[in-house]
Amino acid sequence: MKTMMLTVRRWRQSDLAWSLGRTPEAWISALVLLLYLGMALLAPLLAPQNPFDLAALDLLDARLPPAWVEGGQLKYLFGTDGQGRDMVSVMLYGLRMSLFVGVASTLLSLVVGVTLGLVAGYMGGRIDNIIMRAADVQLSFPAILVALLIDGLSRTVLPRAVHEQLSLLIVVVAIALANWVQYARTVRGVTLIEKDKDYVNAVRLIGMGRARILFRHVLPNILSPVLVIATLSIGLAVLTEATLSFLGLGVPATSPSLGTLIRLGNEVLFSGEWWITVLPGLLLIGLVLSVNLFGDWLRDALNPRLK
Amino acid sequence: MIMTTLNVTTQAAAPLLSVRHLRVQIPTRHGPLTALDDVSFDIARGEILGFVGESGAGKSITGMAVLGLLDPPAHIAAGDIIFDGQPIHKLSASQMRKLRGRRIGAIFQDPLLSLNPLLTVGDQLTETMRTHLPMTRDEARERAIEWLRQVGIPSPAERVDAYPHQFSGGMRQRIVIALALCAEPDLVIADEPTTALDVSVQAQVLELLRTQCRERGTAVLLVTHDMGVISENADRVAVMYAGHIAETGPVDQIVNRPRHPYTRGLMGSIPPADQDVLWLQQIDGAMPRLSARPTGCPFHPRCKHATEQCVSTRPLPHPEGVALVACWHPQGLAVEGVAA
Amino acid sequence: MLRFLLGRLANGAIVMVLVSMLSFSLFNFIGDPVSNLVGENATVNEREAMRRSLGLDQPLPLQYLKFVGRAVQGEFGVSYRNIEPVSRVIASRLPATLELSLVAAVLALGVGIPMGVYAGLKPRSLLTRGLQVISLVGISVPSFVTGIILILIFSISLNWLPSFGRGDTVLLGVWNTGLLTVTGWKSLVMPAITLALFQLTLFMRLTRTQMMEVLRSEYIKFARARGLRERSINYRHALRNTLIPIITVAGLQLGSMIAFSIITETVFQWPGLGLLIIQAISFGDVPVIAAYLLLIALLFVLINMVVDLLYFAVDPRLRAQR
Repeated sequence: MKTMMLTVRRWRQSDLAWSLGRTPEAWISALVLLLYLGMALLAPLLAPQNPFDLAALDLLDARLPPAWVEGGQLKYLFGTDGQGRDMVSVMLYGLRMSLFVGVASTLLSLVVGVTLGLVAGYMGGRIDNIIMRAADVQLSFPAILVALLIDGLSRTVLPRAVHEQLSLLIVVVAIALANWVQYARTVRGVTLIEKDKDYVNAVRLIGMGRARILFRHVLPNILSPVLVIATLSIGLAVLTEATLSFLGLGVPATSPSLGTLIRLGNEVLFSGEWWITVLPGLLLIGLVLSVNLFGDWLRDALNPRLK
Repeated sequence: MIMTTLNVTTQAAAPLLSVRHLRVQIPTRHGPLTALDDVSFDIARGEILGFVGESGAGKSITGMAVLGLLDPPAHIAAGDIIFDGQPIHKLSASQMRKLRGRRIGAIFQDPLLSLNPLLTVGDQLTETMRTHLPMTRDEARERAIEWLRQVGIPSPAERVDAYPHQFSGGMRQRIVIALALCAEPDLVIADEPTTALDVSVQAQVLELLRTQCRERGTAVLLVTHDMGVISENADRVAVMYAGHIAETGPVDQIVNRPRHPYTRGLMGSIPPADQDVLWLQQIDGAMPRLSARPTGCPFHPRCKHATEQCVSTRPLPHPEGVALVACWHPQGLAVEGVAA
Repeated sequence: MLRFLLGRLANGAIVMVLVSMLSFSLFNFIGDPVSNLVGENATVNEREAMRRSLGLDQPLPLQYLKFVGRAVQGEFGVSYRNIEPVSRVIASRLPATLELSLVAAVLALGVGIPMGVYAGLKPRSLLTRGLQVISLVGISVPSFVTGIILILIFSISLNWLPSFGRGDTVLLGVWNTGLLTVTGWKSLVMPAITLALFQLTLFMRLTRTQMMEVLRSEYIKFARARGLRERSINYRHALRNTLIPIITVAGLQLGSMIAFSIITETVFQWPGLGLLIIQAISFGDVPVIAAYLLLIALLFVLINMVVDLLYFAVDPRLRAQR
């Protein structure tokens, strides 16, 4: 408890907090992000309607425009989709799925990348060579393509039923595998520097195991750059998932993300029902924009060279 | 107001550069930091003034201030810089640009970083010359080759089309010297010109700088932390400490008969070449950081002779024989107790 | 330099081997290789002949080599969807993608880099701040949303531009080009802008950052100390040093553009390779997928190699080590 209070106090007096307070782009985007997070986490509580409950839907209410347009109803603030689902609810759940995949894939990517980076940096030699070569090879391809191909291939290779069950996992893994390289490279770089430092040699002399050395001594030094990469990556991960879902890959149709919604809305665009695609689109843009703004600020604030 | 002529070795001609009560400040979140506080000195035509002091004492900033190249947000908060009778510290950017290179040149520390890696040395030389002096492209090229020869680059006619990375460190700094002098300035500000070079090469480069400047009557502000460099190459010396000038005088005076306690400590900490000493003198403590400068004389926390006066009031430079000393209790005279 | 290039060549070779093995596995094990090659409507006799010529009883490595041999000659079998040879399907779609990517690339570079240079030279101007905001939005908006919004405005509301297809095309030998007709260009406008936008903002931000960093370097300071003209410092010195790393990124981004064209082609129903692969995936058209994998891998390996060579051509420091 005491350490927590001290950490909070240290943070409040720190340069980081001061910069956060003074930069409007930073704290506004941070607030917006918290808002988005709240909406996603509390979706079941906030949504006026459960879009998955088929019984609650009324087909007669389908294709209603938003409340401020002629023909809309106050009950359905953002209108309804082709099945009569309330757009507000659908968007809240969609946001939930988008954020889930974005955060999960970033975390997985981070774990994989950091581990490989630590191993490569600490072990050196052959293992280092193999890992770095794999990284180089993967870097010749754009991340979106890698994710797309992993997802697409799994669709082609697995029988339909199996794929249905695993598709959420596959999306997360696909995006994670597309993005591990930047973590690995950064961590490897820091590890290489740290492992030659005297204090590491000292603890090795007294017999500390390699894993412990890595975790207790090297890890704290990589926290800051990894944090920046992760924050900026979440935006990219969300965009990648949205893109995959828009293309018909990505999350299963039973748990649509914002990308899925945009695709479904796009199919009816020409009949004039713009809100089914545009409103989820705006929500998505708001999310990614805030993540990018916050990530940009964080990167500049933590950059020792700009101090 | 201090004397207008600080230079007592040359005749009473007007100094080429005259810096008066210069104050350079850097605004920060906690208030402005004073990097240079009331710095005053003169450089006469053709003389080499050494600026010596520890890292962070403000030597480089002084040079940058004269050139008008202070990195924002650092700025000149007070004082005057008078070059060849004209105040230059308030000139516009384009007016200042005309001065640089043509009247005041500069040499920086790291020759690898100073040269544009994508342009040949010939290109960099000819461009500098043609910016300031009227000449055709062919003339400029001839001059460039001649300059390379002057600074000791072998086979200059071929090397003029080479790129900076194709030269060694010492060669590069020679090229930098050529670049600084090719527009024929009256004053060159040399900021740690040999610090980044191999020890074996340092002496040669300094000699080149010295002879070239003497030949052309170019004055030099030689900034360095190395007293050896100063004693070999400078005519006069100004000793900087924590943003102030502690002592100014002819090189022989400063090196052999320093008056300011800091200067004396500096000289005492250098092992003499001709004697064996058991212990080297050390000055206790360290130079204060920009944000923690003491009141009164900045050296008083480390000074054996500090008094109440030293803590409360900053000593202004005043003449002590042929030197100017900023100290309430300058040392080293046969007669004790002689104060300002 | 030679060592470096050999290393890159080795990387490229590894990629091609790995991808070809993947492609082979798909072709052989997921689809029915016989059907892939003769088409699903072949007779029993044709199938038997194919089976024998494929040597499906032979060891796997041999089959793999035969596969590679066929692939090098452009023989990928028959598409499930189109009942056409895959090579012909790909060849017919290639011009559409290449034209789109090229126009978008010119747009992204031609607008993005100058804007970045301006923003780097005048970081505090009003225009720069505006550009910064636009660029932030540019990288936060997914390209398919941009496409949809453009369609909403220019096709549906204003009815100025078509929202799908290539318009009229002219056949020049084997190349079906849309660049010679008015409708061709009209159809190209929105997809090209959509494809270019992301890259454009990327280049703008990159160029700006690079320019600002270069302007802070020691040789620029020394150039100023020599009294060189501001114009020369900005363009002759700073810009040249800024553009060097940008070139490599530009090359890599061209490859990225080909990947992003998948999205743009889907939004605008542009009949290129991107739309092809999406259709192939949802249909399970294995021969096309296998061929596409190889083609894309080869394309990227080549692009990376060209970019490396370009770096050597442009930076004298690297040239000298030859």
